[in-house]
Amino acid sequence: MKIIIPVEGKNTDAPVCPSFGRTPFFMLFDTETQKSDFIDNAAANSQGGAGIKAAQTLVDSGAKILITYRCGQNAADVLNAGGIKIYKAENGSANDNIKKYKEEKLSVLTDIHPGFHNHGGKN
Amino acid sequence: MKQILILSGKGGTGKTTVAGAFIELSKSLAFADCDVDAPNLHLIIDKLSEPKKTDYYGFQKAVIKNLKCTNCGLCEKICRFTAIKNKFINIHKCEGCGLCVEICPVKAIVMSDYSSGSLMLYKNDGKVFSTAQLKMGNGASGKLVAAVKKQLSDNFIDSKISIIDGSPGIGCPVIASVSGADIVVIVTEPTVSGIHDMKRIIDTARHFNINPVVCINKFDINEENTKEIERYCDSINIDVIGKIPFDPMVVKAVNNCKSISQYPESPAGKAVKEIWNFIDKKLIKANFCKNKN
Amino acid sequence: MKIAVLSGKGGTGKTLVSVNLACSAKKAVYADCDVEEPNGQLFLKPIITNKTSVTVTIPSIDLNKCTRCRKCITFCKYNALALINDKLMIFNEVCHSCGGCIVLCPQKAFTETSRIIGSIEEGISGNVLAVSGCLNTGEVSGVPIIKSIMSKLPKEEIVIIDCPPGSACVVMESIRSADCCVLVAEPTIFGTHNLAMVYDLVKFFNKPAGVLLNKCLDGQENPSEEFCINNKINILAKIPFDEQLGSLNSQGFISVREDNKYKELFENLLTTIEKEILQ
Repeated sequence: MKIIIPVEGKNTDAPVCPSFGRTPFFMLFDTETQKSDFIDNAAANSQGGAGIKAAQTLVDSGAKILITYRCGQNAADVLNAGGIKIYKAENGSANDNIKKYKEEKLSVLTDIHPGFHNHGGKN
Repeated sequence: MKQILILSGKGGTGKTTVAGAFIELSKSLAFADCDVDAPNLHLIIDKLSEPKKTDYYGFQKAVIKNLKCTNCGLCEKICRFTAIKNKFINIHKCEGCGLCVEICPVKAIVMSDYSSGSLMLYKNDGKVFSTAQLKMGNGASGKLVAAVKKQLSDNFIDSKISIIDGSPGIGCPVIASVSGADIVVIVTEPTVSGIHDMKRIIDTARHFNINPVVCINKFDINEENTKEIERYCDSINIDVIGKIPFDPMVVKAVNNCKSISQYPESPAGKAVKEIWNFIDKKLIKANFCKNKN
Repeated sequence: MKIAVLSGKGGTGKTLVSVNLACSAKKAVYADCDVEEPNGQLFLKPIITNKTSVTVTIPSIDLNKCTRCRKCITFCKYNALALINDKLMIFNEVCHSCGGCIVLCPQKAFTETSRIIGSIEEGISGNVLAVSGCLNTGEVSGVPIIKSIMSKLPKEEIVIIDCPPGSACVVMESIRSADCCVLVAEPTIFGTHNLAMVYDLVKFFNKPAGVLLNKCLDGQENPSEEFCINNKINILAKIPFDEQLGSLNSQGFISVREDNKYKELFENLLTTIEKEILQ
């Protein structure tokens, strides 16, 4: 099963990125092989609809779990349609969050914010 | 760090005057002017150094390569924004969709970087002030607002409080400035226009899960309308956190490039200080305004 | 004759001037293009004769024709389309209505449909036909509403266009077909700073323009007046800071209909505009 996390750098100890749609990279962790791959986020420089494009990338990657600090409504619609479950990230690195997920310490993300009409989220 | 956003709905109610006062009173080291169409805050901030200017690039725009163009007129016909006429693309009408690029039979049109404004960053004495100016006639100013906020968060060193001067209206620049705000203060005035626009901006804020507070400026120009504002806010569970009297000192202060808070004995100066104290002691400490009731 | 009233800065008195100018003429049209916060109707209180919705076109997909080639997704600069679990999702609020996906789909699998973003109300208030646009809350751009207002304006009459504040695309759209522009300025450096911006805009459009100095304070320096003098801009009128005018305005009254001295003031202003700017 694949878990995907927005990260600020291409390494497993990189902090989880506060933004979902405009994160520079995603880390794709395979629970069977225990290996991590990094995907560039093509949506990072999007003029608009970044969450939607990022969510499309996630669905195409085959991930089934997303761990993120936050997510917008449009992206959530794409992820839900694609059967990806969204968990709320906790302070720390990507590795820390994978560990917490395995220990069942993460909760499902319920606070989905409305679309920002092409204009980015909290920074 | 707590982010306080000042909005108004109607222009001219005193948003920038109030924001400037809050900045001075809170001794905030991180503030921004998100009114990128008509930024004014820099005019009353003390001791600003020369800003670092960066060109801002929003949507790319289409450009016709005249040598390749065969004048078939297909692009002109297909453009939904009527941006093309006689082989010429009107840069203010073009919305960067790229359809003309795809449709041109001789590939005579390309997308090109277009600077729709500039970001300005003031950094001195440990303070960071982020603002921008949109070039006239441009849209997509919401994206520039997001860039102003990102410039602030990328550059600020340390501040307990950040103050954001928002823009008038309810459209995309306002929507963009709302994201990330912990406390939203709506500055209104007791006129029929002011009340009408205040209702719309409250609606807009609530649409984005924010519970704003209201402050009535120039409240004594029409005390009946002031009472109406108080009644209305009460009926929809919005707190009116203060009232500022009409004070000719405000014009003098602004024209001297100062904040009204630098005239603490003036009626408006006193009132703004009380409002700030309330925000500081009650709202910030109580983690107010997060999420709709 | 189309007169656009604009200011750069909000709260200088655009609507006060627009409404009173329209009401001081024998017959006129008042067009409210400040579609995010339309206020003219609060004063005119028109009897509404017609209300129309303003729509923008959005695509609709026929999944039976769609081959999932993703050409539309790759093309869309606004990321309004996504392909999930074999279904094409369309995000209406980020769609810019460019029509590209509809045109470019190799299977012609899209059709056009529409979505409402606001409305226009037409009504009568005494000698004034009021045309007011209103953008629904949460919507991004008022440009389509302003375009629609402009298409409804009669050609022969005096038209006063109440513009939005600032100098962004909505303002450009509002002044595009104007014969001249009246810039309303207040005596603060905020007002002057924004007057300069909006003056650049009217110059860019080659529109004849003049300035109305509002809320002038006796015995005090007026940075906006200095700006006009330094830049040789026509000063059409100076309205002093007037508590009675402010009070009438705050209650939603049209001053030219309440007191003859204001009727004279705005009739003179109209004459001045016709004489000095339109020559």
